[in-house]
Amino acid sequence: MTSDPLERTRAAKRTLERTAGPVSLTAPGREGGPIREPVFELRDVSVAYDGKPAVRGITMDIPRNQVTALIGPSGCGKSTLLRCLNRMNDLISGAEVSGSVLYHGEDLYGPGVDPVQVRKLIGMVFQKPNPFPKSIHDNVAFGPRVLGMPGDLDEIVERALRRAALWDEVKDRLGENAYGLSGGQQQRLCIARALAVEPDVILMDEPCSALDPISTARIEDLMLALKSRYSIVIVTHNMQQAARVSDRTAFLTVELDSQGEGRWGRIVEYDETERIFTNPADPRTEDYVTGKVG
Amino acid sequence: MTRGVTLAGRSRLAVAGARAAVRLERRPMRERLWGGAFALALYAALAIALLGLALLLLDAIADGSERFGLGLFTEKGSGFPERAGFQNAILGTLWVIGGVIVTCVPLGVGAAVYLEEFADRRRWWNRLIEINIQNLAAVPSIVYGILGLAFIVRGPLDLGFVPLAGSLTLALLVLPTVVIAAREAIRAVPPSIREGALALGATEWQTIRHQVLPVALPGIVTGVILAISRAIGETAPLLLVGAATFVTFNPASPLSEGYTVLPVQIFNYFTRAQDEYLALAAAGIVVMLVVLVAMNSFAIWLRNRYEQRW
Repeated sequence: MTSDPLERTRAAKRTLERTAGPVSLTAPGREGGPIREPVFELRDVSVAYDGKPAVRGITMDIPRNQVTALIGPSGCGKSTLLRCLNRMNDLISGAEVSGSVLYHGEDLYGPGVDPVQVRKLIGMVFQKPNPFPKSIHDNVAFGPRVLGMPGDLDEIVERALRRAALWDEVKDRLGENAYGLSGGQQQRLCIARALAVEPDVILMDEPCSALDPISTARIEDLMLALKSRYSIVIVTHNMQQAARVSDRTAFLTVELDSQGEGRWGRIVEYDETERIFTNPADPRTEDYVTGKVG
Repeated sequence: MTRGVTLAGRSRLAVAGARAAVRLERRPMRERLWGGAFALALYAALAIALLGLALLLLDAIADGSERFGLGLFTEKGSGFPERAGFQNAILGTLWVIGGVIVTCVPLGVGAAVYLEEFADRRRWWNRLIEINIQNLAAVPSIVYGILGLAFIVRGPLDLGFVPLAGSLTLALLVLPTVVIAAREAIRAVPPSIREGALALGATEWQTIRHQVLPVALPGIVTGVILAISRAIGETAPLLLVGAATFVTFNPASPLSEGYTVLPVQIFNYFTRAQDEYLALAAAGIVVMLVVLVAMNSFAIWLRNRYEQRW
């Protein structure tokens, strides 16, 4: 690999374009610079399941109203880290979270904090679409109904479905079973469901990995449209997707302990997406994004 | 590889292919015989089971047919066989079974929800509860009768010989069935549904009430049906808690002294000397089956009505 940075940039651009289509490295809308108002501040966060560490020493700031991607090989703890952000790890018995996670300056794991309230503000979309076995309308209405949100339920449902770019396709069949929708539509339904409770942050755990390329493209467009209102953190296996949609990217990898027995995830590099994909500081990052490893 | 195979070459290839291809034959005789014999054995097993049931039913109908008529449902037990019927026994059964359902369903479903959703399986007391529920299902029913006599009829509850005491005793007997069936039904709900609901900010209870239980309902109702079917035929424990063998009046409420249930009444008639009572007892068997089928059909209808179509 040549050490001329300009040549490396051009080579990276060629690699990306081969797989992701034309990429503008100075794309408008892609934000950079220091993070002024983080929505999350993680300091030395570690998660262990039944004593065995899964991630260690995660320190990063997640910016507001941007898309932040977590990439890395399987088993490096990306999903574990994501689930820390809305206290879903509380549901797993034996999971221990240490370190500090600040949400708009407030400690997310503080003594008086109710995880239920946390999840109202920080929503999640899962890898495999998981609509409830109810009608489309009831799927979206469930959240507002149990949370006692004021306002007309039908209006809330329509607004959420419009924001998720699904309204036109389902407006005539709101009473039908959600399982009658295609995979891509079901995932957009899950996004609408998450949007209906008016969160502040949306976490997405490999949202497109079970979908075809066209549905994937639509959901990526959706992410770019949503970031003006919400902060989005996405875990993805798909590097081209991270390059396409995210403003900042964190690359995690698995580290072995001194005896070679314990394995846990660490952040290798966390920077603006452009830099991660064209001029990464760490050779491990470069190997991963150019496809040499992982 | 040369392009363009000649015509002669192509037909040689085709013939070679045809010779080499496996001919689609019928299955060898040996396999067909074994397959047929196995199917026959399965049908025979089914036939034996159904035949036994049919013979019992036909025998009862044959013996009791002379007494068939509305009188069975409108007359109470009596010292005069021609005037005897099963009305008070039917009402007693309905009161007792009604009490069983009212007690068992909340307790059983509640216990199942606790064990599946809230109990931390690593704690020793939760494991103890689990082992005990499975043991309880194996205890002979007469033991429950003794328990009922000691603690429900007399003892702390001191209800006396009333249908409610019978209900509570039988509820203890069939509770493990309901708990085990409900647990299986709740366990079958995919965890992704729960995660989806919790991720929206719903509480545990809201998730259970709106997402888990509706999906688990058919399985729970099946457990209740099994429990009713067992409870309706139980005689021994009820004898101990006051289902007296001969009553001639209808129980007015779950707390009225003196009641009887269908199996006990039938048993009583069978032990009498006069032949007329035998016919009556056989008719009673048919009545009991009718009541059982009616209850189960209602429960199955209820289950189908609320079943979620995936």
